[in-house]
Amino acid sequence: MTAHDSSVPVKKRQPISTGSEWTFELIGAYDREIGRLAERYALDTYPIQIEVITAEQMMDAYASVGMPLGYHHWSYGKHFLSTEKNYKRGQMGLAYEIVINSDPCIAYLMEENTMCMQALVIAHACYGHNSFFKGNYLFRTWTDASSIVDYLVFAKQYIMKCEERHGIDAVEDLLDSCHALMNYGVDRYKRPDPISAEEEQRRQKEREEHLQKQINDLWRTIPKGAGKRGEQDNKRFPSEPQENILYFLEKHAPLLEPWQREVIRIVRKIAQYFYPQRQTQVMNEGWACFWHYTLMNDLYDEGLVTDGFMMEFLQSHTSVIYQPPFDSPYYSGINPYTLGFAMYRDIRRICEEPTEEDKHWFPDIAGSDWLTTLKFAMSSFKDESFILQYLSPKVIRDLKLFSILDDDQKDELLVPAIHDEPGYQNIRETLAAQYNLGNREPNIQIWSIDRRGDRSLTLRHQQHDRKPLGNSTDEVLKHLHRLWGFDIHLETLQGDKLIDTQHVPPKGDSDHDGDYPRLDLVIPPI
Amino acid sequence: MSHVIDRRLNGKNKSTVNRQRFLRRYRDHIKKAVEEAVSRRSITDMEHGEQISIPGRDIDEPVFHHGRGGKQTIVHPGNKEFVTGERIPRPPGGGGGRGAGKASNTGEGMDEFVFQITQEEFLDFMFEDLELPNLVKRHLTGADTFKTVRAGISNEGNPSRINIVRTLRSAHARRIALSGSSRTKLKEAQLELERLKREEPDNFGDIQALELEVGKLQARIKRVPFLDTFDLKYNLLVKQPNPSSKAVMFCLMDVSGSMTQATKDIAKRFFILLYLFLKRNYDKIDVVFIRHHTSAKEVDEEEFFYSRETGGTIVSSALKLMQEIMAERYPTNEWNIYGAQASDGDNWNDDSPICRDILMKQIMPFVQYFTYVEITPREHQALWFEYEQVSEAFDDTFAQQQLVSAGDIYPVFRELFQRRLAT
Repeated sequence: MTAHDSSVPVKKRQPISTGSEWTFELIGAYDREIGRLAERYALDTYPIQIEVITAEQMMDAYASVGMPLGYHHWSYGKHFLSTEKNYKRGQMGLAYEIVINSDPCIAYLMEENTMCMQALVIAHACYGHNSFFKGNYLFRTWTDASSIVDYLVFAKQYIMKCEERHGIDAVEDLLDSCHALMNYGVDRYKRPDPISAEEEQRRQKEREEHLQKQINDLWRTIPKGAGKRGEQDNKRFPSEPQENILYFLEKHAPLLEPWQREVIRIVRKIAQYFYPQRQTQVMNEGWACFWHYTLMNDLYDEGLVTDGFMMEFLQSHTSVIYQPPFDSPYYSGINPYTLGFAMYRDIRRICEEPTEEDKHWFPDIAGSDWLTTLKFAMSSFKDESFILQYLSPKVIRDLKLFSILDDDQKDELLVPAIHDEPGYQNIRETLAAQYNLGNREPNIQIWSIDRRGDRSLTLRHQQHDRKPLGNSTDEVLKHLHRLWGFDIHLETLQGDKLIDTQHVPPKGDSDHDGDYPRLDLVIPPI
Repeated sequence: MSHVIDRRLNGKNKSTVNRQRFLRRYRDHIKKAVEEAVSRRSITDMEHGEQISIPGRDIDEPVFHHGRGGKQTIVHPGNKEFVTGERIPRPPGGGGGRGAGKASNTGEGMDEFVFQITQEEFLDFMFEDLELPNLVKRHLTGADTFKTVRAGISNEGNPSRINIVRTLRSAHARRIALSGSSRTKLKEAQLELERLKREEPDNFGDIQALELEVGKLQARIKRVPFLDTFDLKYNLLVKQPNPSSKAVMFCLMDVSGSMTQATKDIAKRFFILLYLFLKRNYDKIDVVFIRHHTSAKEVDEEEFFYSRETGGTIVSSALKLMQEIMAERYPTNEWNIYGAQASDGDNWNDDSPICRDILMKQIMPFVQYFTYVEITPREHQALWFEYEQVSEAFDDTFAQQQLVSAGDIYPVFRELFQRRLAT
């Protein structure tokens, strides 16, 4: 039943509990035992705060996309309604847990869960995810677990104040536009300053005044001195293309009022907070699954849980890591739980029982101490590089991975590689690229603004493999137009060749300018 | 060490605001869906909410993403028979197993977004823009009952409402103010007196003068009254008009032989709609059912809708009975009276002018609103034309409409109760 050697002599079992009902005492007891076992592996975690909630509360937590508290917006209501519908119809079980990257780490347990599920969730969330949040370099660099809750409180209150002052509609329009660009509101390479709610509040006033001054400076049209003008005008602004569109708007959009800039900043900060999670789904879930599996088996080996408990656990575990094959009606891409779990398990296997193949593929880790290797793998990578580094031929074979090349200029699909010797490297690279956010999202950057002319903003989309933009691009551009206040141009390039341009408002359609959404703008004197 | 916290007692409706925001944003869609639902479903089943669906594309949140096309390489699990270099015909429409991976990130496409609204919300949307005519007016002017509420402090009032603290505080202040200069002088005089007694005990003249002075000042201070009439403060109570929150609804229906069960069903729905609407506006509602053929009778609901009678039709009998019940049980200063009459238009010809008279003189002046629905596909008869005169005289409190099928009820209902500004 367990994957471990059952060489451990089975002592007389003294399970912590035998029934399936949970109590607060039992949760405490299981948590103590799991914590004790986790210590053997020296898992470094934030302090843990376990909160028991009802199914309704779980739906609330769901709807706020995992933030313990969020500002009000209709899209969260939409999320809530669909969750509620699916849950009530029984189409979907609620997630067993939600865990929040904060210090202390907050994990929600649902009251409907059985004792076994609660223990599973404690192992999975409180020790698995928690140690990942604390250990992984992306989280260490980009998020500040100790201040996120305070910052969210600040954001919520600020947006509520804006609603009072400027009306719900004005704020909602602004948030819609910001959300459309949320994925383009992150710094991918530059480490942001850690956010702190107090600091934010203190600096916010200052910033408002300061910002406005700078913007006015950028848009100054009073000639500075006849001689220098020509040279200045020819310089492109921004001098480097800008990938963080929201940041650029916050700093340079000509017509926004200070509070609007602050709202953009809030959306940007929250996007940044979630950015590491989007980049480490496979690693994070895999890590949590690996640890719940390991810890629960340890519990069993020590005789602390019953056989029935273990059966229930294994049943849940297998359904979590089930990967439907590509031709199954349930198939919707690779299950990150499966992939991550399989990879961590395999890394351990490579360390403990390396084969000839492993020694060839992983000379560095074959036969090394598995715990050190595993922790290094967890802390120093993101999905893309993790797969590139550790996806082993065995995992590829086990999952029967193969790739499909779909070229719209050819009539047939091609299978470039399958799970065999010549294909491993190819599969590994393709799969890694699939998890590269930079590939998944179109590469769109701010190219220039027309400072002296019509103030239009030009974006450049660098096309990759001729992949076109999706059909909601035009809508996003309208949102961008609302924030920027002047014409938007989007140029699509293949290499250096310009192949397509889009305009909002469309070219030669300037009479209909009024049809495009704009914030009610007060044009500052410039 | 972990903390375990029981949060189950915390509020569970954290998402309520967001949900409301969503409903607010898509109110047009929802209203349309609600209107369709109303015409579709039986009005007797108003006890549950409604499923609303909105086209997925209308509520999508746009983001930059890749569309279909170009060159894409995707890894899939579960290979069975494919070998390297194999060429596979493209599955139709890009669908099938291959396309699934991509579909998940290109969005929900044209799928409908479906969700439930509660009965409360359903009715809210249904009754939106509808407001019983003169409701506001009645609240403001027609209310004859009052309640008294505290409204601060006043200088005049009934002795039983004296505010002792305020009164004594004001008396104290007055005494300090009025006796101030006298007390200063008194203090000086007393000091001087002491000094004289100590240093010049022989100076009887001055001592006596000073003693006299001190006595005078003390008397003057004493004369300042402890409590004066203008110290008195009273708790002020004001009367606020108390809008009457009780309504009575008279349902009048013709049950003569000419009314079929189908016609009565339509009438019933109309009455229920009116009832539900009143329920939302008043705390307490009485419903009086009056059915009539040649003579009128007050009955219970079951009998009202389901027992059959035959015979001729004299509408005025029902109106007379309504007027009697109103006078007897529902004084207009306490009750908001609504009348709803349903009939197929048949009446004994000579009776119609009488109906008009009773309505104009004895009923209309006392009711909030009176509606008449004629459920017939046929031509109007005398009653309708007599009622038209009533309608002219009581333009904003009387309405009549014609219904043909159940589907007409809601539009007619809306029209009848179209929001009017309080005049």
